Amino acid sequence: MSRSAPKGLPWPRGGRGGLGEKAALPRGVRGDGSRREKEQGGSGGDSPPEEILRTSKLVKVYRADGVTVEAIRGVDIELSAGEFVAIMGPSGSGKSTLLHVLGGLEPATGGEIWFLGQRVDGLSTAGWAILRRRHVGFVFQFFNLLSNMTVADNVELPALLAGATPRQARKRREELLAELGIAGKAGAAPARLSGGEQQRVALARALANEPSLLLADEPTGNLDSSNTRDVLRLLRRAHAGGQAILMVTHDARVASLADRVINLFDGMVADDARMVPIPRRVNGVGDILELKG
Amino acid sequence: MRQPLLALLAKEPAHGYELKLALEQTFGQAYPSPNIGQIYVTLKRLEQDGLVRSEDVEQTTRPNKRVYELTAAGHEALRAWVGEPSDGPRIRDEFFIKLILAPMAGLADRMELMSSQRRHYLGIMRNLIELQAEIDPADTAARLLIEGAVLHLQADLDWLERCQEELV
Repeated sequence: MSRSAPKGLPWPRGGRGGLGEKAALPRGVRGDGSRREKEQGGSGGDSPPEEILRTSKLVKVYRADGVTVEAIRGVDIELSAGEFVAIMGPSGSGKSTLLHVLGGLEPATGGEIWFLGQRVDGLSTAGWAILRRRHVGFVFQFFNLLSNMTVADNVELPALLAGATPRQARKRREELLAELGIAGKAGAAPARLSGGEQQRVALARALANEPSLLLADEPTGNLDSSNTRDVLRLLRRAHAGGQAILMVTHDARVASLADRVINLFDGMVADDARMVPIPRRVNGVGDILELKG
Repeated sequence: MRQPLLALLAKEPAHGYELKLALEQTFGQAYPSPNIGQIYVTLKRLEQDGLVRSEDVEQTTRPNKRVYELTAAGHEALRAWVGEPSDGPRIRDEFFIKLILAPMAGLADRMELMSSQRRHYLGIMRNLIELQAEIDPADTAARLLIEGAVLHLQADLDWLERCQEELV
């Protein structure tokens, strides 16, 4: 993996230099015969959906002052193109650690991580940075916007880092902010925005490079219910547009929109199940209100 | 359904079908369209208990209709109902009993029980979220009811997590 920053890359998704040849294969051609059958709607076609991410026996151990904590203890998960997977589990179950390891923010201790058909767990910090820049969008609970830059600059930065021209970056930023209903805030400092608006900016930034994968860590954890509804709507729309999403959340409203829900417990996968719709009664809300007597 | 009918009759006398319509209008889309037979049965019982009285009103082209009104005892019962605090929501006790007893009898694995229950809750949640997107935002009663159901369901899921932490 090259350690130098990429220069003049086609943008936004022209080529995937830096991740090897395999990553440049067109979507949908890479089948993994061993994969479970998916009855997912939307994947259409006869070829299996492209694999975005897969882990094998992933382990993460923290060692500090002679104390060893096994945060992740042998996790096998996979995620296909266009899939929305929610990770739930009690606090301390390893959810956030897993997300950070999958995004290369922390190194794995053992096991394998495959991203777009290429093994990436051995990447250097710089290698991970390049991978993230091109293929991964991150959304955090506390937005993590750059406070000394405008909203517009926050959203344009990832595109510029990935080699877009200023004009391309601006165009994409304008589209995203308009789509998220915050076009009027482009020149504002993040601190002047409400929590919900900041999270929308963070989402715009994460989607700026049309990432292969959106990683989200409790994206509604810090929002009130009306802002949560907005973020929910945006995530649904991104998902409907084919965005692959892996999200850690406590919020059942958000998790219920996923195609699959993984329950993490004690650093291991306790449940990994496709959401099965429950038929709604004819009366719609009729289930909710029950008059006594 | 006794108290809602008493409350509606406290406003003005009405016959059964009017009460059905009034319930639907008040609770909007949040209301399971009331069964007219159930309304008549309830009214009959309320009358036996002395909380309402009724009289036949002649109609020229149709059969007589029976119009109900609240009695003094009905007013009193209604006031007492409004004044007393309502029960808090109960936890999903049926599931909890399964969770505790089934593994003892060797009938199920706790983790598996909790996982399938979680999936079920999330399925209900998805329906609620879809419903939330469909209802008329001006229908405040429906909106608040759905939000209440969402919050309760979230609490059920949080509690499930606690069970997982303690029981597994």
